[in-house]
Amino acid sequence: MDERGRRMRSRNRALLLVLLGVVALFYLIAIVRMGVWS
Amino acid sequence: MSVPVTPSAALLDAPRAVGARDFDPAVADYLALLKPRVMSLVVFTGWVGLYLAPGHLHPLLASVAILCIALGAGASGAINMWYERDIDALMERTRRRPLPAGRMAPGDALGFGVVLAASSVIVMGLAVNWVAATLLAMTIGFYVFIYTIGLKRRTPQNIVIGGAAGAFPPMIGWAAVTGDVGVPALVLFALIFFWTPPHFWALSLYRAGDYAKAGVPMLPVVAGPAETKKQMLLYTLLLWPVALAPVALGVAGWLYGAAALLLSAWFTYLALRVRASEDLRWPKRMFGFSLLYLFLLFALIAADRAPGLLGGWQG
Repeated sequence: MDERGRRMRSRNRALLLVLLGVVALFYLIAIVRMGVWS
Repeated sequence: MSVPVTPSAALLDAPRAVGARDFDPAVADYLALLKPRVMSLVVFTGWVGLYLAPGHLHPLLASVAILCIALGAGASGAINMWYERDIDALMERTRRRPLPAGRMAPGDALGFGVVLAASSVIVMGLAVNWVAATLLAMTIGFYVFIYTIGLKRRTPQNIVIGGAAGAFPPMIGWAAVTGDVGVPALVLFALIFFWTPPHFWALSLYRAGDYAKAGVPMLPVVAGPAETKKQMLLYTLLLWPVALAPVALGVAGWLYGAAALLLSAWFTYLALRVRASEDLRWPKRMFGFSLLYLFLLFALIAADRAPGLLGGWQG
């Protein structure tokens, strides 16, 4: 894979990680706000 | 001989025909837009505000508040880099940033910054409280519209007024816990506000050539080094009562007070040496020490609050 392809893949992976992180964060925030882990 | 082209082929070639570039930013370029070094100080001062505030905030929500402060600061940095890409290209210190170096399309940087800014404010509001979210939105707005767009290219007082943007994070941290803004949070705000001018003018003394080339009216460029050095000394003297205010208000104890006296005395000494000498090593030393000064003052206030560590505050 050329340099351009590698950069595109690393950008896509970073975006995937951010999106997964946001989902996990909202899940945890919801649990805390509901008072489950108070 | 002309070659007939179909409309679709013409459309495909159009971007190159008008000189569009192939931007290929790396993940590191997006991270560079966030100004990580500035962000680290913002995060630390925001955390101290959150830590000092009376009351309780769930550790996860406290982490979310700090994350939002960090993302808000990063968003401000990204939008700042988008707006200042023309002058960044002219200055040695900034010409290798992603936009002036041509690695990223300006619109991508702006979009990245706006999405981050909106996300950080909304998440802060939904997860923590809307007072902290409003303060965060004000901070981002102040940095982008008042400092970057309004003041920076117009007045040598740019960093004096604009310094308020960097001073908000402890108030945001405080408001994340309490839902309001207390007097101790205002003292932390004042500490950063009065610290900012000597900090930035020390930098601009040895980067004056860069600023002059870019047409940025920093004080050394407009009023000259002598006036700048006088103003720096004035602000280091103003910092004395502000640095000691946490003791007077009972936010910090005597150990912090003693350290604040020593640190302020050394900061003033450096300002005097900067004023007395043409040697640019003194402004560089003062710039380096200014970072340590703020970090130590905030760290000591937090340590004073930590149970069993210094034990100066009974709040």
